[in-house]
Amino acid sequence: MLIGVPKETHPGEQRVALTPETAGRIAKLGHELILQSGAGVAADFSDEAYREAGVEVVDDVAAVYERAGLVMKVRGPAEDEIGLLRQGQILVSFIWPAQNEALMSSLAERGVTAVAMDSVPRISRAQKLDALSSMANIGGYRAVVEAANRFGRFFTGQVTAAGKVPPAKVLVIGAGVAGLAAIGAARGMGAVVRAFDTRPEVAEQVGSMGGEFLMLEFEDDGSGEGGYAKTMSDEFIAAEMALFREQAKEVDIVITTALIPGKPAPELWTTDMVESMKPGSVIVDLAAEQGGNCKLTRANEVIEHDGVTIIGYTDLPSRMAAQSSQLYGTNLRHLLTDLTPDKDGQVNVNMEDEVIRGATVVKDGEITWPPPAPKLSAQPKKPPVVKPATSEAATAAEPKPKSVLVPMAIGAVALLLVGSVAPPDFMQHFIVFVLACFVGYQVVWSVSPALHTPLMSVTNAISSIIVVGALLQVSSTSGFVVLLAAIAVLIASINIVGGFMVTQRMLKMFRKG
Amino acid sequence: MIEQGTVTAAYIVAAILFILSLAGLSRQETARRGNLFGICGMAIAVLATVLGPGVTSYGVLIVVAGLGGVVGYLAAQRVEMTQMPELVAILHSFVGMAAVLVGFATYLDPESNYFGVERTIHDVEIYLGILIGALTFTGSVIAFGKLSGKVGSKPLVIPSRSLVIGGIGAACLVLLFVFLGTGPDIDATGLAVAGTEAKGTGTFVLVVMTLLAFTFGVLMVMAIGGADMPVVISMLNSYSGWAAAATGFMLSNDLLIVVGALVGSSGAILSYIMCRAMNRKFLSVIAGGWGESAPAAASGGDGEPQGEAISIQADEVAEMMRDADSVVIVPGYGMAVAHAQHPVSELVQKLKGAGKEVRFAIHPVAGRMPGHMNVLLAEANVPYDLVLEMDEINDELGDTDVVVVIGANDIVNPSAADDPTSPIAGMPVLEVWKSKNVIVSKRGMATGYAGVENPLFFKDNTRMLFGDAKDSVQAVLAAL
Repeated sequence: MLIGVPKETHPGEQRVALTPETAGRIAKLGHELILQSGAGVAADFSDEAYREAGVEVVDDVAAVYERAGLVMKVRGPAEDEIGLLRQGQILVSFIWPAQNEALMSSLAERGVTAVAMDSVPRISRAQKLDALSSMANIGGYRAVVEAANRFGRFFTGQVTAAGKVPPAKVLVIGAGVAGLAAIGAARGMGAVVRAFDTRPEVAEQVGSMGGEFLMLEFEDDGSGEGGYAKTMSDEFIAAEMALFREQAKEVDIVITTALIPGKPAPELWTTDMVESMKPGSVIVDLAAEQGGNCKLTRANEVIEHDGVTIIGYTDLPSRMAAQSSQLYGTNLRHLLTDLTPDKDGQVNVNMEDEVIRGATVVKDGEITWPPPAPKLSAQPKKPPVVKPATSEAATAAEPKPKSVLVPMAIGAVALLLVGSVAPPDFMQHFIVFVLACFVGYQVVWSVSPALHTPLMSVTNAISSIIVVGALLQVSSTSGFVVLLAAIAVLIASINIVGGFMVTQRMLKMFRKG
Repeated sequence: MIEQGTVTAAYIVAAILFILSLAGLSRQETARRGNLFGICGMAIAVLATVLGPGVTSYGVLIVVAGLGGVVGYLAAQRVEMTQMPELVAILHSFVGMAAVLVGFATYLDPESNYFGVERTIHDVEIYLGILIGALTFTGSVIAFGKLSGKVGSKPLVIPSRSLVIGGIGAACLVLLFVFLGTGPDIDATGLAVAGTEAKGTGTFVLVVMTLLAFTFGVLMVMAIGGADMPVVISMLNSYSGWAAAATGFMLSNDLLIVVGALVGSSGAILSYIMCRAMNRKFLSVIAGGWGESAPAAASGGDGEPQGEAISIQADEVAEMMRDADSVVIVPGYGMAVAHAQHPVSELVQKLKGAGKEVRFAIHPVAGRMPGHMNVLLAEANVPYDLVLEMDEINDELGDTDVVVVIGANDIVNPSAADDPTSPIAGMPVLEVWKSKNVIVSKRGMATGYAGVENPLFFKDNTRMLFGDAKDSVQAVLAAL
């Protein structure tokens, strides 16, 4: 299929959806490529470089839209670009379906198929085409670079002949992809980095990047669906604010990345915090587009308040156009690999594929967003990643009602049948049996997988309770019965002693570091 | 001598202790206490029975129980942690055998007197107890043989196996009715008419059924491949529980019923967990023949050359580890076979000492029985908070500098995720290939138990460290 890449029209947008390198790889999938002249110039990719990679370069944007079967862009199409799209064409770009209803309906009107790079499900398999993560990574890095640019001192501490320089202290709020990238970049420059996040489980990730996680002594887990944060309780926010006030007096640079899907950015850095910061401090607000984490942030502007610089750029990835085009282009290439399973240049928007289904927001003129993915949250994001720490018990305790009802009904009927013929004595034992099965079911589900071997050796040992029967029979009057029972006692006692001993031996070895 | 009421009270205490024992095993902190509860429960149950009414032959008891205890003690002390699966399998066979013996003894006991429906039910209980016990016995013996290498681990499927198995099942059912028909006729005064003779026929039927069940157990486990052994072991664990429960019904003993049901459901849940970890249906595991279809599918799937595996030397591995900030170790059965857990533990301590983040990633079916790897690592003094489950660590593998795969194969096979035609497609695997570097310690390029080619070995970021796992790890240690 012929894939077209027009020049981005949004003011200030420097990225491009195709790089010479990804062009070569996409060609291997059997596709041909057509590029509008000058599309890559802002990202330092010349037309010449594209031509060398086998891309046809044309001057006229209309030609790109007219000939291409699939159009790749960075930003969603503007008004005039929508007019150029044809029926049956495939559009791949950022779309943000939840925020852009008008765009969605006009795309549907044009009868196109639209694949939104921002709607790729957050599952392991789709990580290689997760453009949000790759852009957030760049944003986090660039935030530190912007901060360093405005900051009047070294990041790293030094002892020189001209005196001692203390290291800069950086506070990163929100340890998502962008936050972690910022921590890594600031650490790399030598700053002392602290980080805060409402989700305590990211503490380890912060530590792995070399940052110090600011722990809030509070019992409230902020993990929401899909690995994103959720809105917190009032008490939590109060405690959080107190922590920030304390930090504001100390830190030189604040980078805020806190976002809650589908909601305005939470306001975390108040005016009084800004005023209590040292003059010359810098705040970079990565949430500026959604209203900003800092009260004073103005989107796309750099302002100064009481000696503190507040940077509200919303186009940080675009400011590193070569890098972000490279990563975004690679994300697109992975998407195309998924779309062309046979590497024969035939694009197949396979709605059975979970990843493609999730990303496809308009299919042949019909709005297919939000996808009917399991456990989709009301928020305009992705199906949740399976939370690692869910206990087995929780998953087991929610069986589908239908699948339980039928066997239960059958079981009840069977029980009634047995009860109608069996003597009461048997039924009494049967009650005990059924109840014990339930107890076993409940108890065993909560056993940690690491202990499955000890569990088996213990259950094995206690199943030799069968010895009780043999013990009684040893005193039988029949010699043969005594013999049988004696052998049974012998092997059962091997089992009892062996089973318990070996379990004890195993359990002794488990220790905490 | 204590009264029957006291014995029953003791049984209640024992049953509660057994439940607490299983509950205690849910966490490491309470696991040892759980085991102690189990021991107490068993001691109370045995003592109460022995001291209760009806037991007189103390001499025989002390001799055989003492002998059994000593054998069990020695076995438990001597067994290597790597041999745990074998030990558990053979212990299961003992429970099965004991159930068979107790069943026969109950049937032959001249003092048993049951009439009408009660007698029928009692006979059914005996029959079932012996049946389950017998197939647990041979099944466990074969599993033991397979695990210890005495029997080939390849699935052995006899021709028209399903027919044979169906035949055995039908025969067992028919025999049940024959058996019920052999009961002594009871006249109005409660005296058995021609009682002894009828019992002879009944015994013969029982023996035939036992032999059939033995055969059934052998056929069933022989057909299951080595990779499915964790499922088989937990399944046999479950069977031994059901055998105990059936015996409990037979003896009208609630304690046996409770314990049997606990063990039975525990084993069933474990089997389910194992099957889910391998993305296999329980029935298809039992139906066997896993290894049989796999190579055919693999060779038919793609004939294209897999590329070239790049080998690496121990000193280069040491170099890589020195440069890495985070290391994840993925152990598999190969580590158990080579007894490499101690050098691995030493390696971990050295790396941690150098300020690196070292963790273990355990796949649910790594090794040959549930939790096998955890036990081995615990033996080698690896703190259990370093040992993470697949779900806990899979997402973080992408940020890891070096992943070391020691003797694992199928559980790190990318084709389970990428290749829908692969026989292991859809099985959850550790996504080690996402990390920056993967080192695979392996003896050769052989396939794993599933018999599937592993594309991981040919990836750009994979290096192969050929050789015995223990030697390799020691060489890396020396180079560090």
